[in-house]
Order: sequence, then structure tokens, then C-alpha cells
Amino acid sequence: MVVGQGARLKAFRFVFARTLPICISFMFTGMSYGLLMYSKGFPFVYPALMAATIFAGSMEFVLVDLLVSAFNPFAALILTLMVNGRHFFYGLSMLGPYRNMGWKKPFLIFWMCDETFAINSSMRVPEGIDRGWAYLWVSLLDYCYWVGGAMLGWLIGGILPFSTKGVGFAMVAMFVSILLDQWKASPHTLRGHVPVLVGLVASVACLAVFGPQRFMLPALVAMLVVFQLLRPYLEKPHDKGLPAGVDTKPGDAGKTAADGTAETTKEVAR
Amino acid sequence: MMTMTVWQSIIIIAIVSLTTIFTRFAMFILFPESKIPPKFVRYLGDVLPPAITGMLVVYSLKDVTPFSGNHGAPEAIAVLVMVLFYRWRHNSLLAIFVGTILYMALVQTVFA
Repeated sequence: MVVGQGARLKAFRFVFARTLPICISFMFTGMSYGLLMYSKGFPFVYPALMAATIFAGSMEFVLVDLLVSAFNPFAALILTLMVNGRHFFYGLSMLGPYRNMGWKKPFLIFWMCDETFAINSSMRVPEGIDRGWAYLWVSLLDYCYWVGGAMLGWLIGGILPFSTKGVGFAMVAMFVSILLDQWKASPHTLRGHVPVLVGLVASVACLAVFGPQRFMLPALVAMLVVFQLLRPYLEKPHDKGLPAGVDTKPGDAGKTAADGTAETTKEVAR
Repeated sequence: MMTMTVWQSIIIIAIVSLTTIFTRFAMFILFPESKIPPKFVRYLGDVLPPAITGMLVVYSLKDVTPFSGNHGAPEAIAVLVMVLFYRWRHNSLLAIFVGTILYMALVQTVFA
């Protein structure tokens, strides 16, 4: 599909404000990461290269420890699979939305971090705005914030003139706001809210059992089991008989079902 | 302090990078566009995103200590105010802003 400059700009305007909380928190988290690399004596190219080629914040912090201990490639591989195994589930969720994205698709997938996933999987793009470009702008902006933050942190970290204590809460606030958006957009029945509740309860339970460093993969597996059990109750009965056009884009199925979403997106865009 | 040689550290970074790329691309390779994914996978595509958002909220609050320190009070207050603000104004971005500023004020003054 050929898209003019106007459509790109329109999509940019639609998403830019949504990425601002990520800009703030990535800048600060990225900077604390860059500063950590600096304090451990790594040259500038290390945080820059790691942020640019890995682009998974928590893994990059883990990697700092790996790099200052003994050389063990196998441990690095296993640890990465454990920390980033959640991406399998993100991929599963984005099969539909990222369908037919052409050349943009590899970039969308490479840049699929937690925050980008949270926005792109919940974003309701109104008619008249190019969905692919909206996804791509979110992904690219988040990537730039993180890589830029990491580089800035190495260069100027530690000389900020004001107290930034607590600024990391921007990330909490963003996830909470996306949760509230999704709560509002889902059908106002118990059944409509079950997926969110399953996610919350499974995560809190696994956090209590496995602790803060290791709880996400078990939580995702638990969700998978619960969703399998609840499938007869939760699966949309009309899923089988969707019109052909919708059937080829499974990701859109949820979109048409949720009413009042255009209103939500407008408010966020303001 | 670096204990590895430059090449060793490049190998480690490459392994982490390639493994991360693998975790992101795996499902798209397993279920290519040319095939319509099985119904169970499509069902998961519907129910997983909201559930994962819930998980990410918990993840972002994972270091809160409910049984010690300030018992997660600043987090609880900021989230509660955010929810109320969101119900009142229905504006996500403003709610994020209000929550963050309030939290920063709380941990720098009342709960310092």
C-alpha cells in the first residue's frame, strides 16, 4: 500500500502523545543503565551497542552482571530465554494486528518490547489513520527513547540538577492507564473483564510464589492454562462465522466487538 | 571492571541479542501469514493482551514491599488517585501525569 507523507504525519500525531510517558521513563531508566555501564568502566560503545541490538531493558541490566563475571555463553543463552521468554506470548498476541504489514513487519517485531506491546496491542486506531504507520511510529519512538537514554546516561548521567526520585512511576502509571482503557473498552459484563482479572490474579500469585525476578514466565504459563480451561466460557461464539474479510485479520475481531472505543482513543490523543 | 576479553564480551552480547530476537520472531515464523492460525491461537490473541497488561502492572509494581518500609502506601495512593482522576476526566495522558507528579511529591516529601 502506498502511503503519502500526510498519512505518515497523521499517524505520528495520533501516537506521539501516547509515547510520552515511555519517553520520560525510558530516558531515566536508560540513563541509569548508561550510568551503571559507565561506573563499571565500560566504554561508550557498549551501552550504545547493547541498547541498540538487544533492546530489552531488564535483560540489559542482567547482562551487565554477566559481562563482569566469567565467560559462559550457555548461561547467557538460558538466562535470556528465561528473562525474555515472555516475548513468545507477545508474538502470539500480535499475530493478527501485525498481519499484512509488509516491510514494516520485521521492524515491528524487532522493536516489540513490553511498553510497545502494551500500547500497540491495546491501541484502537480509528478509520482514516494508517494502522501500520501508527504501530511503526510507536515502535520506533520507543526504540529511540531507550537507545538515546542509554547513551545520554553514559555521557551525562549523574549530573542532573534536580531530584528525579520517583520518576520511574511514569511506567507504572502508563501500564495502569492502559489497563483502565482496556477495562473501559471491554464489554461491561463479568465475562468481558475476566481476561484482565486472570492476568492480575495469576501475576500476583506467581509474584508471591516465585519472587520479583522470576514470576513472569510462570504467570504467563498459568494464564495459558486458565484460558484453556475457560475457553468454552470466554471464546466468542461468533468467531467461527465471521465474514471473510474479518476472518483473514483475526486481530481485528476484538476491535469490532468493543464499542465506544473510538471515543477512548480520541481522549488519549488529546 | 571487565574480566573478559573484548571478543568474549562481544560473543556474549551477540548471544543475548540473537536469543532476544529469536524470542520476538519465533511465533511469527511458527504461524506465517500464509496460513490462518489455529482457532486456539486466535482465541489467545483475543484474551492474552488484556491479561498481559495486568501482568505488566504487577511487574511495574513488583518491588513494592507491602509488609515493610512504607507498606506500598505512596504507590497505593498514587494509583488510587489515578483511577479516580481517570473516572472523572477520562483522559489517560493527564492521569499518567497526575499520578507520576503525585508519586514523586509523596516519595520526596511525606515518605522521604
